[in-house]
Amino acid sequence: MADAAIELVGIDKSFGMVHANRNISLKIPAGTIHGIVGENGAGKSTLMSILYGFYQADRGEILVGGKRADIQTPSDAIARGIGMVHQHFMLVHNFTVLENVILGAEGEPLLKTSISKARAELQRLERDYGLEVDPDAVVEDLPVGLQQRVEILKALYRGADILILDEPTGVLTPAEADHLFRILRQLKEEGKTVVLITHKLREIMAVTDNVSVMRQGTVVATRKTGETTVEELAELMVGRRVLLRVEKGPARPGEVLLSVRNLTVRDARGVTMVDNVSFDVRAGEIVGIAGVAGNGQSELLETITGIRKAVSGTVTLAGRPVDLTGAADPAELRARGMAHVPEDRHHMGLVLAFEESENSILGYHRQERYRNGPLLDVDAIRSDAREKIEKYDIRPADCRLRTANFSGGNQQKIVLAREMEQDPKVLIVGQPTRGVDVGAIEFIHKRLIEMRDRGKAVLLVSVELDEIRALSDRILVMFAGRIVGEREAQASEGELGLLMAGVEQKEAAE
Amino acid sequence: MEFFNTLIFLLDSTIRLSVPLLLAALAGLYAERSGVFDIGLEGKMLAGAFAAGAAAAISGSAWAGLLAAVGIAVFLSLVHGFASITHRGNQIVSGVAINFIAAGSTIILGQAWFAQGGRTPSLGGDARFGSIQLPFAEALSGVPLVGDLYSDLLSGHSLIAYIAFLLVPFTWWVLFRTRFGLRLRAVGENPAAVDTAGISVAWLRYRAVICTGVLTGLAGTYLALSQNAGFVKDMTAGRGFIALAALIFAKWRPVPVMFACLLFGFLDAFSIRVQGTGLPLIGHVPVQFMQALPYILTVVLLAGFIGRAEPPRAGGIPYVKER
Repeated sequence: MADAAIELVGIDKSFGMVHANRNISLKIPAGTIHGIVGENGAGKSTLMSILYGFYQADRGEILVGGKRADIQTPSDAIARGIGMVHQHFMLVHNFTVLENVILGAEGEPLLKTSISKARAELQRLERDYGLEVDPDAVVEDLPVGLQQRVEILKALYRGADILILDEPTGVLTPAEADHLFRILRQLKEEGKTVVLITHKLREIMAVTDNVSVMRQGTVVATRKTGETTVEELAELMVGRRVLLRVEKGPARPGEVLLSVRNLTVRDARGVTMVDNVSFDVRAGEIVGIAGVAGNGQSELLETITGIRKAVSGTVTLAGRPVDLTGAADPAELRARGMAHVPEDRHHMGLVLAFEESENSILGYHRQERYRNGPLLDVDAIRSDAREKIEKYDIRPADCRLRTANFSGGNQQKIVLAREMEQDPKVLIVGQPTRGVDVGAIEFIHKRLIEMRDRGKAVLLVSVELDEIRALSDRILVMFAGRIVGEREAQASEGELGLLMAGVEQKEAAE
Repeated sequence: MEFFNTLIFLLDSTIRLSVPLLLAALAGLYAERSGVFDIGLEGKMLAGAFAAGAAAAISGSAWAGLLAAVGIAVFLSLVHGFASITHRGNQIVSGVAINFIAAGSTIILGQAWFAQGGRTPSLGGDARFGSIQLPFAEALSGVPLVGDLYSDLLSGHSLIAYIAFLLVPFTWWVLFRTRFGLRLRAVGENPAAVDTAGISVAWLRYRAVICTGVLTGLAGTYLALSQNAGFVKDMTAGRGFIALAALIFAKWRPVPVMFACLLFGFLDAFSIRVQGTGLPLIGHVPVQFMQALPYILTVVLLAGFIGRAEPPRAGGIPYVKER
């Protein structure tokens, strides 16, 4: 085994009551790509933030290149050649690429010389690693893939030998992710050590040399990637056997319940976000909309569910038209049998400061059964909430707990239980498993299939291509606001990936 | 010619009246660009004015007054910083508290020390920053237009007024051409980016509020030792808030801040000028309306004409690293 670039010995960290890292010891060999997998909340990001000096461990030691390193702050980590690409980019949105790269590594008190030095250095890095990016572009104008490149450049500019990437592919298209992996392999060839944190097992298999699995704050296993399987890693992550494939029978599509015709939506700046989109969703089928985040899926969902106004087009719900130009009222649509699981549960799905029981009726609170004259019938609401908690296995099983105190997966189950238990005709679901752990994903997927088999029309939007492929009966691909293709559920990942990147469309135009 | 004289007079008062606004607005710019909202500009200016008046009265030196004003204003800034940076308190509450402390304590201390109803004794000579005649002002005063502009408008202000206007390009330079400025702007937009780059968020923000303290101290000194001959209770009269309005109006940029302050200064000068007299065509305008104009203008222009003023993204939010 090669020398360890990093060795962690007995790292322990708590945040209040949460024991995020328990006595973790881990060796990362130099010059390798080392994967760290685990469910959300397993403590991966905490561990790496400790290594980067962003948090301080309560106990334990860090050795870098065999020498004991006292890393108290990120600048200590940077000084020892550790760089980190955070899941949420640490970029200043209105700065240029150059300004972001030099921030904290300026050298002199005046910017003039440091900027020109950085410009030359960026050109060199661009040549050596294929990391092209316009140094004078303002970061917020760049697509996320390039923003991530700026983060990598930032680390390399600071002379990082060890690069930590925290969930780097969440925002990337499959093609961009492949490009990233090529960059990582190149970095490895140059002798750098890469630590890749992810919950996507396929990425681990594709690019890493070794992989460590974390569960509930501990490292439960470390394997050579070549000697393990996706199934084994999944089982190690969750602690029990997991069905990675969703089992479902053939769909039996019935009448059209949701029909969208020539829908066009513009945002506040007047940019067309949804461009002349038409499709149908029938009873008893799941229609999946694939696409890279930001290609109009969110706006499409918000328009169909009455949150956003359309410029033109029609939506028909169970045979009756929906008024899109006026204020299509989400409450009215709900009453007519449309349920909506929003993409961002924190932003739209839940009031985190509310009790679980309050969230479990939100939007349906005007219904007679939750009311006692003008007042809420608290007893009825709570007993209703307790039923849902049991049926959807929401933990902890306490309907009076503040919603913020539930894990991501359980919060999502609260939303799903609320919407599905209304027995809607049409179920609109956005990112059903974003930030949800593997165990809960399995549960949520089963429920969605169940809704389909009960004759509901399900429209599923997800940026997780695997999820779309596993659940959908038909797949629509969205790119730049348009539906650029429809494929069967059996379509290959590569084919869908090209559509998602808008490649096929360009070729067709030529 | 009389119109010309009136205009010169009006512009001259515009400059005089905009100096404290400019200093306070630039002061606010440093804090707010670093992500610390400072509604306590008013209080710091007032405390600074009192300290300047008191120290100058006792020592007989304007410089001692300036030193005292800057000292007390920096101290109050550090209190604000301690509450909002170190203890992550609510920045509005902390700022309001400073305003109240300044309003109350200046009167109490003024009465206790000088027993003139909250005023400090009248100052003269070396105890004030008097007007400075620029070179050749005398000689050029006879030359039509250019000479009059030079000698009546540009010449004859106090040292602090010249400093205030020189601080505009200086602040621009600091903000956009120095390492400190780059970091200052970054910490106001995304403190986590600064933290992960290995820079202390707290120390950076403390330095920003110290800058704010120095400039509000200057603003207070100008009020007590240049515009007036001593401290009078509540002499800031809301200028700290108008300065905040100017800062928002100018979208937190130094050069537009200067123009916003000149505009507000002009409105102030104009309202004094037309006080009691009628305007042609419009007739008599209530003085209250003229005094409210800066605020009305800010709201109207921000709402419709100059677009949304986007504050620094991290403004007002204490930086919490650990979850």
